Amino acid sequence: MSELDTTPPLMRVQGLSCAYGAKTVVRDISFDLWPGEVLAIVGESGSGKTTLLNTVAARHMPSAGHVYFDLRDHGLQEIYAMSEAQRRMLARTDWGFVHQHAAEGLRMNVSAGANVSERLMALGQRHYGQLRAQAIDWLERVEINPNRIDDRPDTFSGGMRQRLQIARNLITQPRLVFMDEPTSGLDVSVQAKLLDMMRTLTRQMNLAAIIVTHDLAVARLLAQRMMVMQNGQAVETGLTDQVLDDPQHPYTQLLVSSVLQP
Amino acid sequence: MSQNNPIESGPARDPHINFAYLDERTKRMIRRAILKAVAIPGYQVPFGSREMPLPYGWGTGGIQVTASIIGSTDVLKVIDQGSDDTVNAVNIRRFFQRTTGVEVTTDTTLASIIQTRHRIPETPLREGQVLVYQVPVPEPMQHLEPREQETRQLHALQEYGLMHVNLFEDLSHYGHISSTYDYPVLVNGRYIMSPSPIPKFDNPKMHLNPALQLFGAGREKRIYAVPPYTTVESLGFDDHPFEIQRWESACELCGSKESFLDEVLMDDQGKKMFVCSDSDYCSKRQVAP
Amino acid sequence: MYVAVKGGEAAILNSYELLAQQRRGDPEVPELTVAQIRQQLRLSVDRVMTEGSVYDPDLAALAIKQSAGDLVEAIFLLRAYRATLPRLGYSQPLDTGRMQIARRISAAFKDLPGGQVLGPTYDYTQRLLDFSLLATGQSAPVARKGEVNHEATPRVVDLLNHESLLEGQVPEAGDPDPFDLTRQPVRFPANRSARLQNLARADEGFLLAMAYSTQRGYSESHPFVGEIRFGTVELCVVPEELGFEISVGDLPVTECQMINQFQGSLTQPPQFTRGYGLAFGHSERKAMAMSLVDRALRADELGEAVVSPAQMQEFVMSHSDSLESSGFVQHLKLPHYVDFQSELELVRKMRQSHVLLGVDQTKDDQAKHDQAKDDHVAK
Repeated sequence: MSELDTTPPLMRVQGLSCAYGAKTVVRDISFDLWPGEVLAIVGESGSGKTTLLNTVAARHMPSAGHVYFDLRDHGLQEIYAMSEAQRRMLARTDWGFVHQHAAEGLRMNVSAGANVSERLMALGQRHYGQLRAQAIDWLERVEINPNRIDDRPDTFSGGMRQRLQIARNLITQPRLVFMDEPTSGLDVSVQAKLLDMMRTLTRQMNLAAIIVTHDLAVARLLAQRMMVMQNGQAVETGLTDQVLDDPQHPYTQLLVSSVLQP
Repeated sequence: MSQNNPIESGPARDPHINFAYLDERTKRMIRRAILKAVAIPGYQVPFGSREMPLPYGWGTGGIQVTASIIGSTDVLKVIDQGSDDTVNAVNIRRFFQRTTGVEVTTDTTLASIIQTRHRIPETPLREGQVLVYQVPVPEPMQHLEPREQETRQLHALQEYGLMHVNLFEDLSHYGHISSTYDYPVLVNGRYIMSPSPIPKFDNPKMHLNPALQLFGAGREKRIYAVPPYTTVESLGFDDHPFEIQRWESACELCGSKESFLDEVLMDDQGKKMFVCSDSDYCSKRQVAP
Repeated sequence: MYVAVKGGEAAILNSYELLAQQRRGDPEVPELTVAQIRQQLRLSVDRVMTEGSVYDPDLAALAIKQSAGDLVEAIFLLRAYRATLPRLGYSQPLDTGRMQIARRISAAFKDLPGGQVLGPTYDYTQRLLDFSLLATGQSAPVARKGEVNHEATPRVVDLLNHESLLEGQVPEAGDPDPFDLTRQPVRFPANRSARLQNLARADEGFLLAMAYSTQRGYSESHPFVGEIRFGTVELCVVPEELGFEISVGDLPVTECQMINQFQGSLTQPPQFTRGYGLAFGHSERKAMAMSLVDRALRADELGEAVVSPAQMQEFVMSHSDSLESSGFVQHLKLPHYVDFQSELELVRKMRQSHVLLGVDQTKDDQAKHDQAKDDHVAK
């Protein structure tokens, strides 16, 4: 058997279902995610895509199925079998989560510098000068002017807040980042810049990502693979270009044809 | 040579009140909480705080701790802001005189139990002594996260990022850490604890102290402890380490340059002078410098 | 020559004397008796007993006399006294269904078994000062004889239960003892019995404000007074030595059942939900406020979004006790000069470095300005 066959995926989802009360919102989803791979989960509102993301990111208990993540020394582990402490540690180091509304993923009442350095401090870094230098480095990488380091995010534009959120998450070099509609609500030109930056970063850092979006352009630009969801189920999965250029499922065809042509 | 300072005034023991006011069951309950606290240094143990004849916020936690450990052979000292003679210290001392009849003193070296608000005595403590601190807000993260449900989790998971973010902010904005009292400490390398509103000047005294340090918060209903010879480190950064306050002047009464000094306004032109906050320490130095 | 301040003890003793004088007031005026307070400041006595958590009108009246009418202080006195009392046992639950009704109203129904009994109430008086009360010696109003209500007065909640329109109040599995927060500290999230106990002892003003906030759109529920009843109930105990129930007396209480709407779920058909309030004596405002806040605090349990302070357990329960709030607010009067000294020193230090920075900044700006001027000239 070749090396390729024995390398585990970074994340494995098997038969995942999620419910809110009596209502099942995600039905029997399975997929593998490989290191450095970006997967887009596409659907309209009500499709269950955000619930799926939250469940896979250990933020919402599934009603059935399993989620496995490859811990660096221990191989594939079921995340819901871990202790709360382990899950939270994972969320702070090896994972990132970028929220749709930056205010949910940032501390709005402390400076950008504190926001970016927090994870490093939580991991035990105690040299203020070095923390500050790393924060400046990361602000530059996400194209925020470093002299904004002492400013609070509530003085930032929407696009800047998203970039700050990304910096805050990526500073610990996570292997997997979850993103929930990272560009919605932003102006089109701002979106474009942000997507470009995200594409560069994911490539540079060999970052795996699961991105939830209703915007096919986001999937096209960032993701190698995409999954189309409708009413809680995955109706079509495949390489992004193939799915978008040659959609097989009627719902996918509808989505693709609905995109406004210039 | 230390001066013997027996306090002659004060009420007589009231025979109608149980020794130390609390009923024996309550004392046992509090002692169990204290034992648990000593077993887990720096961890806040919830306890069934009782309504006392002094208001919540005025030292009922410290009083309940003292009342649960005090015995007829103990010698009690009570200070507030370092002094035996502030009205609050007097009031609490009188309470114990009335309910226990134990010997009371102003002399730090003679006391077996010292109940204090906002200071640690300048005179070093020794094994066998107990220092009981009055604590208003036991949760060091309360001003950052008011929900106890949340902070409980953070302590359990040792997630103290919030505390360091706060210090980072201070450095960014002021160039200094802005906490000057109630400066958070890491106890026994595990729990972050509020030392009570003692000035940061006093923090180093908690580290490896031979005495038992007990902390009582009556209103918030928590007890915690630092057993003798436990490490207590004030939070800081490697390149901005914790520093204590220093004065330029010495105490006008005894000449000490080592103790915490109170500022006393002398007139309305801004003239001031500095005197020791610790009244026992200062008066001893005046007699035998 | 500065001499360290001494004489704290003498000051305290003097303050006791001054306080005694202030409490007594003009010695020419007849001294207030505890009996007078108990009878004629009855509603103050009721409040002090309710929040003091002890049913003893004489002690409450004494506390009011001792505190010169400061009810929060009187409540404190009663609570501190209560803390010293030994526990003899527990009574049976009060059966308010068997109350001797003095007053009973329902806003939810026009008429109902037992009727609407207006009873003694300020509700329909005009709030005009009655100057005739300035004089004393008027003949006391005579209690009317013989109008004992024999009609059964079932509780409205029991009536609604016939159609299962109102959620049942089923005890928790295993019927555990109620939580006693005077014995153990509350941990959040708290169960309903701990919440109700906290609310029963809560400061009336705080509770009223929280209740008011639920009506002004800060919560989901629309309340109706199902029933308010005021009257006397029997207190029964089952002494170990006897093994059967005996009555040890009766006491007046005010009970309020508040009815709120609930959206049903797929598994449950819609039902009205409830809020409950109970207080000693005639305390309608307190019982009503308590019932509204009780309902608001059930938001989590009933799957409602928690958006307003009145729905937040930790917020309401941590700030409802007047001993805690009054104690901590007033503790600011205690000396804090050691901590203030530390702050003074830091602020002075920061201001010094601020001035220096300012000087450097100005130099910097000046240098830049000069450079720019030179550049300009050079061109």
